[in-house]
Amino acid sequence: MSTVRFSALKVVAEALTGHKGWGPLWRNPDPQPDYDYIIIGGGGHGLATAYYLSNTFRQARIAVLERGWLGQGNIGRNTTIIRSNYLLPGNEPFYEFSMKLWENMEQAFNFNAMVSQRGIINLIHTDGQRDAYRRRGNAMLLAGADAELLSREQVRELCPFLNFDNARFPIKGALTQRRAGTARHDGVAWGYARGADQKGVDLIQNCEVTGLRIENGRVLGVDTSRGYIGAKKVGVAVAGNSSRVMAMAGMRLPIESHVLQAFVSEGLKPVIPGVITFGAGHFYVSQSDKGGLVFGGDIDGYNSYAQRGNLPVFEDVAEGGMALMPMIGRARLLRSWGGIMDMSMDGTPIIDRTPVAGLYLNAGWCYGGFKATPASGYAFAHLLATDTPHETARFLRLDRFERGLVIDEKGVGATPNLH
Amino acid sequence: MLIPHPLLGLRDAQEFTYLGDASLLNRPDGMAPDAAQAFYQYQYLRDNPAGVHRELWFHEQGDRSWLIVTRDTTTHEILAAELAKEAAR
Repeated sequence: MSTVRFSALKVVAEALTGHKGWGPLWRNPDPQPDYDYIIIGGGGHGLATAYYLSNTFRQARIAVLERGWLGQGNIGRNTTIIRSNYLLPGNEPFYEFSMKLWENMEQAFNFNAMVSQRGIINLIHTDGQRDAYRRRGNAMLLAGADAELLSREQVRELCPFLNFDNARFPIKGALTQRRAGTARHDGVAWGYARGADQKGVDLIQNCEVTGLRIENGRVLGVDTSRGYIGAKKVGVAVAGNSSRVMAMAGMRLPIESHVLQAFVSEGLKPVIPGVITFGAGHFYVSQSDKGGLVFGGDIDGYNSYAQRGNLPVFEDVAEGGMALMPMIGRARLLRSWGGIMDMSMDGTPIIDRTPVAGLYLNAGWCYGGFKATPASGYAFAHLLATDTPHETARFLRLDRFERGLVIDEKGVGATPNLH
Repeated sequence: MLIPHPLLGLRDAQEFTYLGDASLLNRPDGMAPDAAQAFYQYQYLRDNPAGVHRELWFHEQGDRSWLIVTRDTTTHEILAAELAKEAAR
């Protein structure tokens, strides 16, 4: 168990003694025969769940089972944006809760996740869009978040390089959330992993779940590539692969898996002040601390489990970038990658019990899972520990589709490829 | 991706729009006593397989026919394409 406490003093002391005292951040234990809690999935949400379950809810005997290595999936494949600029009452309080956890997480788990509140700008091109963003901003203020409507001149002051007079989408203003920003994606996973490990959580890697053992409607444990492991409660947090894991329990989910691509340019001097979204052109961009422009657009739009996309969306994103900020054409692309999204039917996630006693589901994050990592972990831990939903997550029910209580942020219905 | 259209030969997937699982062709009977449950399952639940998937593509910028494309979701390899109206017979 790592007992190193990170501080400026420690960095100086290590620098003077040849960096011999760091050690690994977490143990690499073998699985025990049984646990009170098993979390399937050692990604951001699974590790955050284990962290809050052990640290906040003081539960013991917890294991996280990961098929590959920790943080192998979407926590390492996103565009690192954190924000809480949602509209609907089922969503906004949850994401604002997440934003507040982001603001304190580094002190809480004593790890540098490089949380940087550099702000987000959602561009406005029409009067209708301004009305919609004004409404959204008011919804954000009601939920305790911050929001501000910017004029065209205020946007120009922040981002003089944008194409303000694009014939099709002239920039008329923006909605901004100044507390939004970016974080270091891997650092988040590592911080939660280390914080959970310090409380005795077993982080078991290279351990693929191959079956769920269910008798008389209750889960007893999981079959894995490293043998059977018993558990009182099993939480599934495997976004991208939720349908595959829940199929082991005989369940079909209101989810399709789709591929989302992202791109990063070569490192450049600081040019982009925060996060800029160009919703009308299906493009968003920020700049990493290393200098690379990190950008993306829409999902490819067909079912996929391949962690790579196709050229048409690549071209579409590049065209969006050129339309918004022509100077991006001078930057060279360094790499692109794809991640598998749990696209739920209404665009909103699921944190709920399942019809199987002791089996819990955290899924359906669409392309918005990264910003939700802390609240998702907290709310899922709350559900696992107390069997009641966290107050900000009480609308994220699995049965909402059957009962007609969908949370349709975009208002496009049961069409996962449009969310 | 190139889709082997049964009438037009290989066409760029960009000419098509995607709807989803081909099971959407099997619309439940709205007059049946269990219609509410059947339509919930039809509308919202999906098998979402990793591997071979039969799915509906609409040739919007072509001959406006609906195709059932059989495709591997883990590799994007397209295994077959047929006209939906013939498959539905």
